[in-house]
Amino acid sequence: MTNLMEIAFFAAGAVAVIATVLAITRLVVVHALLYLIVSLLAVAVVFYTMGAPLVAALEVIIYAGAIVVLFVFVVMMLNLGVRTQETERKWFAGRAWIGPVILSELLLAEVIYLIVRAPVSAAISSISTPKQIGLALYGPYLLGVELASMLLLGALVGACHLGRTSKSGREARQ
Amino acid sequence: MTSIPMADGLILGGILFALGLAGLLLRRNLLLILVSIEIMLNGAGVAFVAAGSRWGQADGQVMFLFILAAAAAEVSVGLALLLTYYHRRQTLDADSVNEMRG
Repeated sequence: MTNLMEIAFFAAGAVAVIATVLAITRLVVVHALLYLIVSLLAVAVVFYTMGAPLVAALEVIIYAGAIVVLFVFVVMMLNLGVRTQETERKWFAGRAWIGPVILSELLLAEVIYLIVRAPVSAAISSISTPKQIGLALYGPYLLGVELASMLLLGALVGACHLGRTSKSGREARQ
Repeated sequence: MTSIPMADGLILGGILFALGLAGLLLRRNLLLILVSIEIMLNGAGVAFVAAGSRWGQADGQVMFLFILAAAAAEVSVGLALLLTYYHRRQTLDADSVNEMRG
């Protein structure tokens, strides 16, 4: 049991480091984002092996699901040129998929192996359950939650303002 | 109790943070600079969760939630700034912002 989790931790950590190195060295931004997604998924497996399943789920849902989607939206907005279709064809040529696919297949095999081989108590007996985290969030960390909500509101207003000014600036230029 | 030694988790967080810092310093594409900042925040989160699971407390994971909120706020404002900059300059090269005019 101990060895199983440690091996899973080291494998996922190795995948995370390799994917991160590849992410910061890609020339095409979409390829870098593919490797970034793999890196975030690997870190989620690392969290799972450390006994933090809630944080692992949030890593997948918010980081890989929401933040990277924002990046992809921006890449899509920036490539509204004439060469869009050729660029798309070049990006999705197939060779670019090999690296992320291999790394994420490794992660998938590892997760399946963990689910099949590890006893159910591995996830159940994790050191802090979601209930404990929720009690801590709305108990001693209530001020932090309020501050985070204000930070997100400020970011929302700031992003709206910047988006509005950029649109009016483009209209003025045209 | 968890079976992963705290040192390994901290080392992994440190490696991720160093990689993000290297990407931040080496790349000149503004979008990849934002990606590198995300990687650095992620490395800090790994360190927090590893340290929290060492003492069996939920505090490390609570801190990770705060890092998540900060990353979401940072990336939304950063990407809005990047879009404004791209519409003005038609480039994402960070070196082309080297002149400041009041």
